[in-house]
Amino acid sequence: MDLATFVQTFANAVISSSIYALVAVGLALSFGVMKMANFAHGEFFMAGAYVVYVLYAIAGHPFILAVLCAVPIVALMGLAAERLIFRPTRDNLLAGFMATAGLSFILQVLAGRIWGVGLMKRVPTPIMGAVDFAGAHIGSQRLVILPVAILTLVALWLFLNRTRQGKALRAAAQKPEAAALQGIDLNRMSALAMTIAGASAGLAGALMAPVTPVTPYMGHSVILMAFVVVVLGGMASIQGAMIAAVILGFVITFCTTLFDGVIATMVGVGLMALVLVVRPQGLMGRETV
Amino acid sequence: MAVERLAARATARPAARRNVRHWPLLLAAVTAILAFAAPFVLPTYQTELIILFLMNLVLVVSYRLITTTGDWGLAHVVMMGAGGYSAALMAKGLDLPVWLTVPLAGFVAAAVAGLISVPLLRTRAFGYFIASFALGELLRLFWIRLDVPFGGIRGIINIPEGELFGHSLFETIPYYFFALFVAFVCVGIMYLLDRSRLGMTWKALYSDPALAECVGIDVTHYRRSAFMIGSGFAGVAGAMLAHRMGAIDPKNFDLITMLYLIIWVVVGGTQSFWGAMVGLLAMTFVFELTRPLLEWRPLIFGVVLIFFLIFVPGGIESLVGRLRGWIGLLKRDAS
Repeated sequence: MDLATFVQTFANAVISSSIYALVAVGLALSFGVMKMANFAHGEFFMAGAYVVYVLYAIAGHPFILAVLCAVPIVALMGLAAERLIFRPTRDNLLAGFMATAGLSFILQVLAGRIWGVGLMKRVPTPIMGAVDFAGAHIGSQRLVILPVAILTLVALWLFLNRTRQGKALRAAAQKPEAAALQGIDLNRMSALAMTIAGASAGLAGALMAPVTPVTPYMGHSVILMAFVVVVLGGMASIQGAMIAAVILGFVITFCTTLFDGVIATMVGVGLMALVLVVRPQGLMGRETV
Repeated sequence: MAVERLAARATARPAARRNVRHWPLLLAAVTAILAFAAPFVLPTYQTELIILFLMNLVLVVSYRLITTTGDWGLAHVVMMGAGGYSAALMAKGLDLPVWLTVPLAGFVAAAVAGLISVPLLRTRAFGYFIASFALGELLRLFWIRLDVPFGGIRGIINIPEGELFGHSLFETIPYYFFALFVAFVCVGIMYLLDRSRLGMTWKALYSDPALAECVGIDVTHYRRSAFMIGSGFAGVAGAMLAHRMGAIDPKNFDLITMLYLIIWVVVGGTQSFWGAMVGLLAMTFVFELTRPLLEWRPLIFGVVLIFFLIFVPGGIESLVGRLRGWIGLLKRDAS
């Protein structure tokens, strides 16, 4: 691998790491707070991409506006999933998970029926130009993803550690009963967690829309990788999800450059299997998954 | 109070038994007659549907077998594929006869399951769900990536249908009886397993895992045995599919098929041995009814899944129990 390819691949790895982190952080958060595992999380990502496709590529509104619309729309989807699926199935954890698997198929069919399945939707690149560095050629559109993702994750960290609501959320995650006794409304907390999860998945999908083909099935590979990240990181651990996202982002990107995408995915899942054998609680988790 | 009720039930039992004893036998006899007459009476299309139903029956009962330990995996359809692929390769590459490929495919699928179980059984509940999904995808990616011997994304075609006692299994009626025989044997074995000490141990893992561990049951060992045996029967179903279709590709064993399997089990219920079968039967009718709505089908099934999980969490079999409760109440009121 020559220097230019290496720098290029490194840059791509950093960007996909930040996307994995954005997607997985919501999954880890909602799992940590109320043990809600959302199988339709990949379809939330897909929904974010479709909002950008509709508002920016079809309706011609500014890209920024489309992204800013995608976040609350998908956040509302998260809220709705919490109300309609996770709350009624709270006493049976697997039922909620399986029901969201049903939800993911509903969303896929709806997207396919409304906007078509056949041709991939290409969203024109809103930010043209590229940065050249050490012979590598990195599109500006991709470069925007990194600061946005970092800002979002820092904002989330500040929210969880500095605000009353965020602290309540963490308390609910650590000891739900004790938190409830202290007057924390668990229903509100689970709604909040799913809203944040939806918002971050929607943001990730919206940012990726111009650099990836938009299809009803794009959530499938995303959820696979997000699950791998969450298991690697230790299910409910947000820091674990961040670290695992970076590791997986690098592993996947370098394997894609060296071999191909399918092998990269296989290596990613293989890594997960290895971690499960050696350290079943994940990198940062405390209990076994 | 509770003791009295139990005592009353214990003493009332023989009388009640005498009444119900006969109808399962009668039902079995009627089913047997119908099963033998079916291919001669029904049109070919319907017979093919029953063949498919019989394969799915083996699949759904084997999945239910694993779920009795509390492990709800997402890799079962991929295990079916492991059987399908191995049967296809054995029939095409090694020229093995069909009466060998079908059981051998089951053993290969069980072996693959044994391999996958090493990382998989480190997980529980959600972790298990997620890990089984990821590991199943890993296996499917092997089939997609390796053109030799799995045929890549296009899969394997021209799988020999096989021949038994001079009858080509390409014909519908011989294949029907072959499928009937295999399904009968597989479901029969799984029924006996369900009743056996092994089956009781599996159920103990689900109802009280901590207690099971305390009384010295090697939880991982028994979870692994359930996973391997269930996957083996799924492999047999896959082999049947491969021989009937004459072609298989990775798409046959994707997440949508897995979703259908979960729906059968959720709709039917998993408490009794028969619940999953009832679910399969009910959803097969829905599947046929929705044939004109092909593109909408995953949506319809998704809605059915969510509906049952939220409003009928025990499946159809729990409705039967509820109905029985109401009838019991009515009877008590009447007397």
